[in-house]
Amino acid sequence: MGFASRLAFALLVLGLPAAPSGAAAGETLILATTTSTQDSGLLDVLLPAFEAEAGIRVKTVAVGSGEALAMGRRGDADALLVHSKTAEDAFMAEGFGALRLDVMYNDFVLVGPGADPAGARGSDALEAFRRIFEAGAAFVSRGDQSGTHRKEQDVWKRADLDPSGKPWYLSAGQGMGETARIASEKRAYTLIDRGTWLALRRTLDLEVVSEGAKDLLNTYRVIVVSPEKHPKTHVEEARRFAEWLVAPETQKRIGEFGREKYGRPLFVPDARK
Amino acid sequence: MTGIDEALGALLAMRQELLGILGLSLLVSGAAIVAAMAIGVPAGIFLGLHDFPGRRFLVTVVNTGMGLPPVVVGLVVFLLLARAGPLGGLELLYTPSAMIVAQVIIATPLVVGITLAAVQALDPRVHLQILSLGASRRQYWWKLVQEARLSLVAALAAGFGSIVSEVGAVMMVGGNIKGQTRVMTTAIVLETRQGNFTLAIALGVLLLALALALNWLFTSVQQRSKG
Repeated sequence: MGFASRLAFALLVLGLPAAPSGAAAGETLILATTTSTQDSGLLDVLLPAFEAEAGIRVKTVAVGSGEALAMGRRGDADALLVHSKTAEDAFMAEGFGALRLDVMYNDFVLVGPGADPAGARGSDALEAFRRIFEAGAAFVSRGDQSGTHRKEQDVWKRADLDPSGKPWYLSAGQGMGETARIASEKRAYTLIDRGTWLALRRTLDLEVVSEGAKDLLNTYRVIVVSPEKHPKTHVEEARRFAEWLVAPETQKRIGEFGREKYGRPLFVPDARK
Repeated sequence: MTGIDEALGALLAMRQELLGILGLSLLVSGAAIVAAMAIGVPAGIFLGLHDFPGRRFLVTVVNTGMGLPPVVVGLVVFLLLARAGPLGGLELLYTPSAMIVAQVIIATPLVVGITLAAVQALDPRVHLQILSLGASRRQYWWKLVQEARLSLVAALAAGFGSIVSEVGAVMMVGGNIKGQTRVMTTAIVLETRQGNFTLAIALGVLLLALALALNWLFTSVQQRSKG
């Protein structure tokens, strides 16, 4: 059975009208992204605007960066909005992506007890981690292989330190909120993304110890899944979405997001000019 | 069969950590059930023997407590032990002690309820018989425990089973900290969330095997003493 007859059969079975009116029915796009972009509410602001302007419906699947890339590999998603540099590089090198653009970044902050037992306040990230290590001050890790956990492991590695197995290094294996709560109760340090920190800081007995360093940046990139391996992906729609994300108007919207509620933006637009 | 091999391999690779998790599960739930029995059996006998104003209310509380949602217990214990809470000075939150406290609260009503039912179900003549022998109050209660022992083993099994398999409260007050407060159930949640289904399934099978082995032990004690 050819594709056309199979389609006709399917439509017949479903009792659908056999002549849908072109564009209105067709143009959709599956976006696989991370839970952080979804939970922060950024997509709720961006996607309706894109849908209205481009006439393309976006179906969002919010998973971890690793899972989003896996969806791209399987051809289950048309566009990815992720933050996992090393894994992305492999994805591109293997030819799964047709296009990759920087979109924005947010940052992580190192927070800890006000008493600052490690004397780490005000140091840059690597130095702060070093002081915590040397002081043997309690540190709570996500310990769940999330993007935040990877970032934390990355900072330890850059500082040439290995905290695993140390009695003061607590691996919580829970989400960001629970991990921060444990750090607050245990008077411990932890690495937290800016969005969660701004949302929870009133309920936590923690203060910012180190922030703003390049090591704590977290860049989000949009990837258009290549049609070479999966010809059925909606590459045109995905390309339009990627280009829309880095357009000046959208970048401005990203820079405004969260300013009203938290007094500062959650994401910093980062598209290359 | 490769799935099973894979699961076994994953289990063996982290044997040391796994033994620690299994040991902590047994330690926490074991300590909790001992405490729950120590509180619950006398309380159940007392409620079964005496009539006093407010007894009906207490029995209703016990019956409600038998179905206490663990997450609610977790929330209450969390609020009590948090640093800003009334018992915050003890610094017990996110320690095995906090998990034991939560599990005692979950298991005790079960023990009280089953003991109460067992004492009330005893033939009334048993009471008269014991008392006519001139037993002291202490001897009387001990005799009742012996008479109701089958039900008490059931209380032990039900109480232990409910807390060793419970995840909500231990996650909240224990924190699932690796090597400190991570038990079987919270480890399963973590592995599932990370997509390590093989390991999660292996842990689940281990938890079930543990429950099976303990219940077999309880049952053989129970059924032997019947004869």
